[in-house]
Amino acid sequence: MTSAIVSTHAGAWRKAAKWASVAIGAVVLQAGTAFSADLVISNWAGYMAPDIAESFKAATGLEIEVVNHATNEEIMGKLMASQGKGFDIVFVSSPFAEILNYQGLVEPLDKAAVPNLANLYPEAAALAYDPGNAYSVPYTWGTTGLCYRSDVVKTTPDSWLNLLQPSDDLKGKVTMLATDRWLMAAGLLAKGYSVNETDPAKIDEAKALLIEAKKTLLAYDDTTFYSKLVSGEASLVHAWDGWCNYGITENKDIKFVVPKEGSDLWVDTIVVLKSSEKKDAAMKFINFILDAKNHAWAAQNILYKVPNKAAMESLDPALSQQYPNMAMSAAELAKYELLRDLGAAQRDYSRAVSEIKAAN
Amino acid sequence: MTHRASHPNLLVLPAVAWLVVFMLIPCLMVLFYAFLTRGIYGGVDYIFTFENLARVFDPLYAKIFLTSARIAGLATLLAILIAYPAAYAICLAPKKWQPVLLFFAVLPFWSNYLIRTYAWIVLLNREGLVNNLLKSLGYTGEPLSLLYSEGAVITGLVYNYLPFVILAIYSSLSRLNPELLEASRDLGANALTTFWRVTLRLTMPGIAAGGVFIFVLSIGNFVTPAVLGGGRFQMIGNVVYDQFLTANDWPFGAALGMALIVIMIVLLLLQARLTAHFAGERREANDGA
Repeated sequence: MTSAIVSTHAGAWRKAAKWASVAIGAVVLQAGTAFSADLVISNWAGYMAPDIAESFKAATGLEIEVVNHATNEEIMGKLMASQGKGFDIVFVSSPFAEILNYQGLVEPLDKAAVPNLANLYPEAAALAYDPGNAYSVPYTWGTTGLCYRSDVVKTTPDSWLNLLQPSDDLKGKVTMLATDRWLMAAGLLAKGYSVNETDPAKIDEAKALLIEAKKTLLAYDDTTFYSKLVSGEASLVHAWDGWCNYGITENKDIKFVVPKEGSDLWVDTIVVLKSSEKKDAAMKFINFILDAKNHAWAAQNILYKVPNKAAMESLDPALSQQYPNMAMSAAELAKYELLRDLGAAQRDYSRAVSEIKAAN
Repeated sequence: MTHRASHPNLLVLPAVAWLVVFMLIPCLMVLFYAFLTRGIYGGVDYIFTFENLARVFDPLYAKIFLTSARIAGLATLLAILIAYPAAYAICLAPKKWQPVLLFFAVLPFWSNYLIRTYAWIVLLNREGLVNNLLKSLGYTGEPLSLLYSEGAVITGLVYNYLPFVILAIYSSLSRLNPELLEASRDLGANALTTFWRVTLRLTMPGIAAGGVFIFVLSIGNFVTPAVLGGGRFQMIGNVVYDQFLTANDWPFGAALGMALIVIMIVLLLLQARLTAHFAGERREANDGA
């Protein structure tokens, strides 16, 4: 009798387990078949037109599924873990596209299938990490500089030292970007070095300068610096050109300047993965994005410059009147130094940044 | 009647499976990764090394550990000083009001941690509510820089974890046998002595539980220092975050994570011993009474 109860219960458990596995299997199957997209694309949230799937389907008949990543590192982690499987196209910043290429994970572009490459500026086809766009297409590009309240600062900033060694009225009213490459770039550029410097002695010099600069800093801020300008908490912030534009939208006294020592050129790119089984469709998508009208969406809505001559020329001139840095020419941008993958020196940068942030 | 014994085993199975899959295995993976070599482009290379563990003791990271411990320690102390009287007051309130008061104590948990943390920015920033209030009260100097300081980080930690501490201390206080307090007074001890020698000692397990809770949550926290410290205060949680998300150094991040786990285990063991010790005292006291 006792054993019967035990076995009944064990049987019930087994039955429950069986049903659970059937249910889970059904859910998994459902997820697999409910929506079979032709292309899976990973991009930052809000970085493409919200109706991109509909407009691409209308143009080509192909279905796309867009998934989001929050950071380059997040999508890199996924791609490294799966060797690229699961995605057809990803949007990543250029140093990461460079890494994907070293790792043999990206597919060379099929130029014949992407005639809209002709829309790109010549400078955008000569970027040092991928001359001739062999494996990547630049989606947006820009630079980093100083974003400030022209109605508050006493002298117009023009140097990285205005940020690192601010005048008395700006002490405690400046913010810097926290991401390692840009934080280090401010120090390296102020010292006259490359944004890709790998000499440990020079990295140390930049580090010392940045530790000093911390004393006059309000905060390290990658995401809300322009709001701090708008609210008046900060008067001068280290900013990406496009993000400064978000401040300008709210206060027209906010201005952007690239310091005289120079700056970096950052590029966000689109790459097709070698593991994709839908490479033809992927090339069609890239060609679709490079269409002047589609590419102009990013400039109009994200307020980033796009490396597409036809798209930039189609913009309403009022846009660059409101946001002067949108008028920066391709030649001007290309003067700045492209951020490159640092390889093993990345570790020295990380350590320097830890030391800076741990300093009192 | 063997089936009676087998039932609890089966019932506990989902919880055990959960712990194994989501707690034990991830912790073992952290331990495993801590001994591997950083892959240049993220991930790990399967080459065994002690280098990551050695780096944990590098003066730079040791200093960050100490800073984190100091910030977490101050938050713990402050939280106990605030929570103890609050829990005591709740215990003194009429029985029917106690659940209501506890409900108010945990009410902030109904909103998201990040939102609660950002709310402090609205309060403390130079153009924020506190400064505007001071201005309206006639203060004319430069606005106070309350935000992006160690004080702001500690405030955020105390605010966010205080309800845990109140609950832990309350549960200890509410189980205190009132006869013991009467006995103490009958034996001639004044209120302060009674509190010091009876109440406080017997509620030590609650203080320890709440204290360990907030300390452990604080020392590994990375959101609060990033948001309220303006990134100017690096805590060990931020270093771990950076190792995984910007430095691409998973093994070192794992090694730092291991160090945090070890600290946590040591503290929990200490707390368990303390609780056992005071539970013994409590039994003796109750037997005596």
